[in-house]
This record gives sequence, structure tokens and C-alpha cells, in this order.
Amino acid sequence: MNAELVVRLAYLAASVLFVIALRGLAAPQTARRGVVYAELGMALAVAGTLLRREIVSYGFLLAGAFAGAAAGTLISLRIPMTRMPERIAFSHAFGGLAVALVGLAEHSHRVRDGPPMNGVELAAAGLEVTLGAVTFSGSLVAFGKLGELLPSRPIALRGQNVVNGLLAAAALALVVVPVAHPEASAAIYAAAAVALVLGVSLVLPIGGADMPVVICVLNAYAGLAAAATGFALRNDVLIVCGALDGASGLLLGRAMSRAMNRSFSNVLFGAFGAVDARAPEAAPPPTVASVEDAAVVLSAARTLVVVPGYGLAVSQAQHALRDLATALAAGGCTVRYAVHPVAGRMPGHMNVLLAEANVPYDELFDLDAINADFASTDVALVVGANDVVNPAARTDPASPIYGMPILAADAARTCIVLKRSLAPGFAGIDNALFTRPGTLLVLGDAKKTLGALAAAVKAG
Amino acid sequence: MTDLLEALVYGLTIFTLAAFVGVEVIGRVPSLLHTPLMAATNAISGISLVGSMVAAGANRGPVATALGTIAVAAASLNVVGGFVITDRMLRMFKKRPGAKR
Repeated sequence: MNAELVVRLAYLAASVLFVIALRGLAAPQTARRGVVYAELGMALAVAGTLLRREIVSYGFLLAGAFAGAAAGTLISLRIPMTRMPERIAFSHAFGGLAVALVGLAEHSHRVRDGPPMNGVELAAAGLEVTLGAVTFSGSLVAFGKLGELLPSRPIALRGQNVVNGLLAAAALALVVVPVAHPEASAAIYAAAAVALVLGVSLVLPIGGADMPVVICVLNAYAGLAAAATGFALRNDVLIVCGALDGASGLLLGRAMSRAMNRSFSNVLFGAFGAVDARAPEAAPPPTVASVEDAAVVLSAARTLVVVPGYGLAVSQAQHALRDLATALAAGGCTVRYAVHPVAGRMPGHMNVLLAEANVPYDELFDLDAINADFASTDVALVVGANDVVNPAARTDPASPIYGMPILAADAARTCIVLKRSLAPGFAGIDNALFTRPGTLLVLGDAKKTLGALAAAVKAG
Repeated sequence: MTDLLEALVYGLTIFTLAAFVGVEVIGRVPSLLHTPLMAATNAISGISLVGSMVAAGANRGPVATALGTIAVAAASLNVVGGFVITDRMLRMFKKRPGAKR
């Protein structure tokens, strides 16, 4: 049997293992085994590739692989769970970079060694490089926003969408023109440059609260870029993995958009939260409570539902929250957690944080599973969440978040809201939950407040 | 040209079928595991490593080798780092002790 066939069979086996791995992620009990399958698949694909006769020198290859693997391991072992969205954005950037560079390397090889690329090959390589470059620069901006290296509010120019449209058209033209004029193949470098600018310009106008969707879209782009590489290199396993990754990004992005009752395009091109032109209505003053008062209310509760939000991640309060929950549970209170799909900055963000703090996953409930139970709940404890519990989404057709499915924390008998300050929430929208009768606002850093609450509950 | 178009259609076939499989399989992942899912697909899409390896190791001139080597480093970072962090997250997901199945 010739080596080429062995390589292709190895790629086929790898593709199957990846699908089995993703199937394992359907339940927490099987997920870790799934990852082992994926690792096996990757090992097979790499081993198969080493058999390919094109590969004649190993020095640079091994140096790059060891450097990348060492850095990847180090980062992944050390990064705190609260920074997971940045970690994901960062790896999308690297995925895009790798793909774009592979395309440029292939182009330079064909220019140097011939035969020159023909139209279809140039289009595939151009698409690969363009998608890779957009993913790279867009993900770097997302990384900067998530890590607060850049302001997380939307930064939009007037006519931003027109500019982006023109940039996209220019990149596309630079990909398509060489199809008819293969001698103009250097256009691929121009396409890469335009795509880098486009990536920045696409993500800058998107606000922090919309990051869950952006991360998913960048995930899909990274997948499509990998698939385009597969087309350019005629490599099946790249096409399969690209398709799987792209499908995952799109599905997650759609779930996130739905959880905000908005369309993909509205999130991506709406510069949401840039301005809230409506005059603030005269709201009644909120009831600000002391830690002691809140602790008394919590101690008396028989049922508690915790609603975590991005503020929990910002103040790294997941362990303090778990302490409080344990103290309350010891007193006979039933504690559960209600996780909104867009709570936090990426899909599943809150679940990972709570899992890190040893909250068993059977105490975590999603929107549909728990919303009906708020009415029979003594206390809803809102920790650093805002829009996902804003009743305006149900009642105020003029509100920018109208129609978004929200957690019905306002249906609970008492609502305790932990909040950094009286300033309005992320999207700058007033929240009637905070000012309604029956809501107690406890101001301050969530971690400190939760610690003080736990101490007071234990002492009482 | 026919040969190329054939390759294109062949690739499209694989891509389309794989996308359908992806939608079916990923649609079953609960929101609980969406972050590990993203980390895992990230690692899997690091498969561009196989393309990078050829670019870096095929003696195709200094430009291709340099670009390929950076690509290998970036892709291996995603593959290895992605698997490590996925497993690190999944290890944390525990059931309540004594809870019934």
C-alpha cells in the first residue's frame, strides 16, 4: 500500500474520532472520555502527516511545535477560569494566524518552485488567507476588549457599516480578480492586509455585553478558514474539522442571539449600547440595605435561587458565593443557580466558574428549567447580573432589550441584588428590578459582600 | 480545469456532510458545557497543524519555511493548550455527592 493512502486513511480515522469526541460532550459524564478521543484523533493526524514524503526536514517543524505546545500548556494550566473568554478569543486569533500563514506559505512556494497556482487554487488560497486574517485581527480586538486592554464599550464611527462593507468588497475583489488573472497572484498579500483592517473594524463597534455572540462568530470564521485551507491543500481532514468548528460557532452564536432576542446582523452591525437616547424616567429611589439586613433575610429563606452575571467573574466571587451557599444550605435552605445563556462574556461562562467553585452541576439550571420556580422562591440573589433580570424586556416595548427572554427574579418574594454601585448597568439601561419594592440593594464589591454575608449567616 | 472543478465538488461534498454531522452532534451539547465545547472545537480546529507541518518541513524556500514554522507554533499552541484547558474545565464539573442518577 502506498504511503499516500495510509495518510488519507489516518485522516479519515481522525475525522471519525473528532465526531465521536464532540458526541461525548453531550453529557458531563462522557465529556472527558470524548476529549481523549479527540486527542487520539489529533495524534493520528499528526503521525500520518509525518509520513508524507513532502516533509524532508524536521528542525524548524519540531522547534515550532515544541514552542507552541509548551506555551499552550503553560497558559492553559495557569490561566484563571474567570479569564476563559480571553483565553478563547486569544486561541481564535492564533487559529486564524496559522491558517493565513499556511496560505501565504503555499503561495510563496508555488511562486518560487512552480507550477504557478491557477485561478481556482488562487481563489481558495485567497479565501483562506482573508478569513484567517479577519479572524486573527478581530479576535485580537475581542481579546483586548475582554481583558480591558481596550475599552469594552462600542467604538463606532459614523458610517462604520459602510466602511466595513467597502473593506469586505475590496477583500473579496482581491480574492476574485486573480481567478481571471492568475499573474496578479500577489493580490493575496493585499487581500490579507485589507482583511486585517476589516477584522479590527468589525469588532471595535461591538460592546462588551455582546461579546458572547462575537466570540461564537469568530469561532465560526476560524472554522471556515480551516475549511478553506482544506480546499486549497485538498486535505479532507481539514475540511471536516473546519466544517465541525464552523457549525459549532454558528449554532452557539444563534443560541446566544436568541437569548438576547436579536438577530445576528443586529448584534454584529448594530453597535448596541452605543447610545441610549431616551431620557431616564424618574425612578423611585432603590432600597439600599446593609449586609446585616440582607443576612437576616437570607437566613430566613427556605428556598434561594442565585442569578450570577458578569460581575461575579469580574470580582472573582465564585468561591465566596459557594461559601455563602454552603452556609445557607447547612441551615436547611435549598440553593439553586439560574444561569442565563448570555450571562457573562461567552457561552457557558458562568457554568465553568461555578463548577470551579465546586458547585455541583445538578444545582445549575438554565432559563427554561427554572423560570417558573421563581414565583415560589423566597429569595432571588442577583450577583453582578443586570440585563438578564431586567423586567423592561417583558414590559417596555421601547427598551432596547425588549423581547429578550429574562430570568424572572422579580417574581421571587424578595430579591437581593449585589451591585458595585448605583451606576446604570453595562448597556446603560435602567433596571426596574433594582428600584421595585421588595428588592434590597447591597452595594460594594461582590466578593467582599458575599464574604461578609457568609460570616454574618454563620454567626447568626 | 475539469480536474480542479471535480476536486472542488468533492471538497464541497465532504464539507456539507460534515457540517450536517456537526449541527446534529453539537446541537446535543447542553448549555452547561458550552465553554468546554468552544475550547474543544478550538483544539480540533488546530488541525491546520497538518497543513503548517508541510509548509514548515518541505524545504520550500526561506519564506515558506519561516511562515510555516510560525504557523506550526500557533497551531500547536491551540491543539495542546486547547486539550489541556478543556480537560481542566471538565474535571471541575461534578455531581452533587450522593445525588441519584
